[in-house]
Amino acid sequence: MAGEVPKKRTTLRRYMPLIIFASLVVLLAVGLSLNPRLVPSPLIGKEAPQFKLPLLNSGGTFSDADLRGHITLLNVWASWCYACRQEHENIKYLSRSGLRVIGFNYKDENADAKNYLRQLGDPYQAVVVDADGRVGIDWGVYGAPETFVIDPKGVIRDKRIGPVDADYINDELMPLIAKIRSEMS
Amino acid sequence: MTRLALLLLLLIGQVALAMPVDTFKFKSEEQETIFHRLSNELRCLVCQNQAIADSNADLAKDLRNEIYKMLQQGKSEEQIIDFMVQRYGDFVLYNPPMKPLTWLLWFGPLIALLVGFMVVVRYIRNQRSLVVASELSTDDQQRLAALRSDLKQARSTSATSNNSEASG
Repeated sequence: MAGEVPKKRTTLRRYMPLIIFASLVVLLAVGLSLNPRLVPSPLIGKEAPQFKLPLLNSGGTFSDADLRGHITLLNVWASWCYACRQEHENIKYLSRSGLRVIGFNYKDENADAKNYLRQLGDPYQAVVVDADGRVGIDWGVYGAPETFVIDPKGVIRDKRIGPVDADYINDELMPLIAKIRSEMS
Repeated sequence: MTRLALLLLLLIGQVALAMPVDTFKFKSEEQETIFHRLSNELRCLVCQNQAIADSNADLAKDLRNEIYKMLQQGKSEEQIIDFMVQRYGDFVLYNPPMKPLTWLLWFGPLIALLVGFMVVVRYIRNQRSLVVASELSTDDQQRLAALRSDLKQARSTSATSNNSEASG
């Protein structure tokens, strides 16, 4: 009897390093597959920060109050931003499908921004100009493109960091918009 | 070898060159110290392994400006840190705050150390008992006991013959 108990223990112990190794591999695999560039925004679930910025194509201004009353996509872009060109067709698609898309022209030259929209098409209902990036800081912007989803109450519901692609539209954006619509009705 | 040394020297030169230079004027030395401490504690989100003090990224420059402005307005260190965390999250802090979400981060290494220590202690203990219990057969144990009693006898006889050494 006394001889059997340690034997059982040794078989478990023999596999122990393997078990520890396997769990480490799983932990590291999960850790490595996360993208460290995607920093979750603390603004999600909060009201959009207050701002008032000039519009690109007219003399008027646009403020956080103008975000209310619609589901709005606030798309941070710039003419110097390469990934913005990648997502531009998708932004156009979303705008065509009836979503209200507001452009947030981030640290750009007005002439360059207008040129960009002339060349690639203008999907935006309005483009606000944040030339020095000061309002961008309030929005926690740290690069372009970034896209915020804002509900009719003016609450930020999601933030997409990086280009809006088909996966994001189908898997996250559309379900979220459906959810917001059902909350409103 | 010389090539490698030269290359290293070149790289070191690059690092030194890459330090951003701002021309801020501070009201007091204390304010300047706070500025440098803050910009070294806050992470640049564009180049994530640099503090905003070391980064040449545009955003880091903007954030240094912002810190400077807030200091000029008389904002405290906590207010400035809150400002950053509200916008960019805990991620901007090189010193993560203590809260349930970060307990594993703070105490994980200590737990790992304790578990490791317990494993080592148990391992050593088992090793000891294994040597005595399993490596000697009953015959061997009897022989060992016999040898031990022989040794004891031998010692006691030598002790009686030489009293001065017995006390030692």
